[in-house]
Amino acid sequence: MARCTACERLREKFPEAVLAVAEFRGETTVVVDKGRLREVMTFLNRGDETLYDLLVDIAGVDTGNESPRFFVVYLLHSIKFNNRLRIKIPVAEGAALDTVSDLWKSADWMEREVYDMFGIAFSNHPDLRRILLPDDFVGHPLRKEFPLKGDDFDRPFRVCLAEEKGNQADG
Amino acid sequence: MAETRFMTVNMGPQHPATHGVLRLLLELDGEIIVKAVPDIGYLHRGIEKLAESMTYPQALTLTDRLDYTSGLSNNLAYCLAVEKLLDIAVPKRAQYLRVLMAELQRIAAHLLWVATHALDLGAMTVLFYAFRDRETILETLELVTGARLTPSFIRVGGLAADIPETFLPRVRAFVEDFPKRVDEYETLLTENIIWKKRTQGISPMSGADCINYGVTGPVLRASGVYYDVRKAYPYSSYEDFDFEIPMGTNGDVYDRYLVRLKEMRQSNRIVKQAAAKLPPGPVTAVDAPQVTPPAKEEVGKDIAALIRHFKIMEQGFTTPRGEVYASIESSKGELGFYLISDGTNKPFRMKIRPPSFINLGALSKMIEGQMVADVVAAIGSIDIVLGEIDR
Repeated sequence: MARCTACERLREKFPEAVLAVAEFRGETTVVVDKGRLREVMTFLNRGDETLYDLLVDIAGVDTGNESPRFFVVYLLHSIKFNNRLRIKIPVAEGAALDTVSDLWKSADWMEREVYDMFGIAFSNHPDLRRILLPDDFVGHPLRKEFPLKGDDFDRPFRVCLAEEKGNQADG
Repeated sequence: MAETRFMTVNMGPQHPATHGVLRLLLELDGEIIVKAVPDIGYLHRGIEKLAESMTYPQALTLTDRLDYTSGLSNNLAYCLAVEKLLDIAVPKRAQYLRVLMAELQRIAAHLLWVATHALDLGAMTVLFYAFRDRETILETLELVTGARLTPSFIRVGGLAADIPETFLPRVRAFVEDFPKRVDEYETLLTENIIWKKRTQGISPMSGADCINYGVTGPVLRASGVYYDVRKAYPYSSYEDFDFEIPMGTNGDVYDRYLVRLKEMRQSNRIVKQAAAKLPPGPVTAVDAPQVTPPAKEEVGKDIAALIRHFKIMEQGFTTPRGEVYASIESSKGELGFYLISDGTNKPFRMKIRPPSFINLGALSKMIEGQMVADVVAAIGSIDIVLGEIDR
């Protein structure tokens, strides 16, 4: 398979870290063990023949009830060789991933977004805060159990306001 | 030695030059920026979460509300992703019309950019001329889509409808006229000494830095890196058209301006070719009836068509299990959709790759060490839209 030399090389170099390679609609996804993330990413970023210099995006995925529960997906692009690769990392609930923000600066904000939306922490991240939601927000909205509408969605604003005032008077 | 004291200045979120609700916390040493921390999320509507509760055709309407200066481009990126998931082919006529409309939309978005960017830097005249031409484009697109900002016209499998007869003559009149209009903008700005002083050498980014920060689009190309999704992964028959990718060398605000102006000329070329070569035929995927609603006349006559109509409108369609990523070159950079399907009629996960969000991540790098007066130039030169950043 000439198209995915990168996965061949990954398999060669890290035989036990590559858990699976999937092909769908001409796109390659490599599932990589969480513990070897740093090594694999450093290899993909710095290796001479596998220079994935552009980190296109990082996406969090909540599978709902599968185990491990989350996936963190890295979309990579090589400007030199003009090809794409997707790295998928299974993450258990409550576990932390290593940051790649020192390899790609763009990962800084992307990892913050994954943290904000899924509550997946990244160790050694320089500035791990919520990015889109306010700091005092409770919960992580893209988790499957998070309700689409809040409790007060169907209640009139005046009622909510009155309750809030009542609470303040009590406190 | 006296103690050094920095002053923190809050810029935005209600500030006319931050193009929406962007807030910046600037730490200043006199007039020099020591540290800049962007604060975003004021326009967050949870589009990725909402999409999980909608069928595939319904979720299309959410994409209009990302980058609201180029709704058709967003529609296109989303439809390409869903079509890739379904593995269906779109007829050539629909592909050409998609290219035609996406390029018109790019011109409109760049016109809005040159207008507001020049206004931010004190050149007010450009706004009036650029908005005149943008208005022509919006009216032309409204003729087809029925909407100015939220078209939802590019649908999974093709287009919502074929173009009316009056459309192509108007497009041709526009493309004939437009290069002269770009010349007019250039006489106002390109050799303008004040414009050059405000933009040349301001907030430069090297090519390597741009790649490291994930920057795409005109900002990346102004730094001399050749990457355009239309050439790297041609979609919707872009390989049929003859066009160039304008490049810059210095990666400063001025080069970003030049790249965008040249891009408008190239887009104009593509529109011209698409209008000339437009093949006849259907505009919806006729061999994929599960995604294509039947024609209105059929629905009134044929019970099977009526059932199909209601099935698509009520339940949408199911997609095979799997995950795909499809992206386009929008006016801001690489706009991608990463879709995961669990085999139902709703996306299990829809991750948007918003170019503005990732480009804005490089803002701190661009302006730290620069003068506070140049912040506005830097923000303008990235061309951000908060609807896309906050989603």
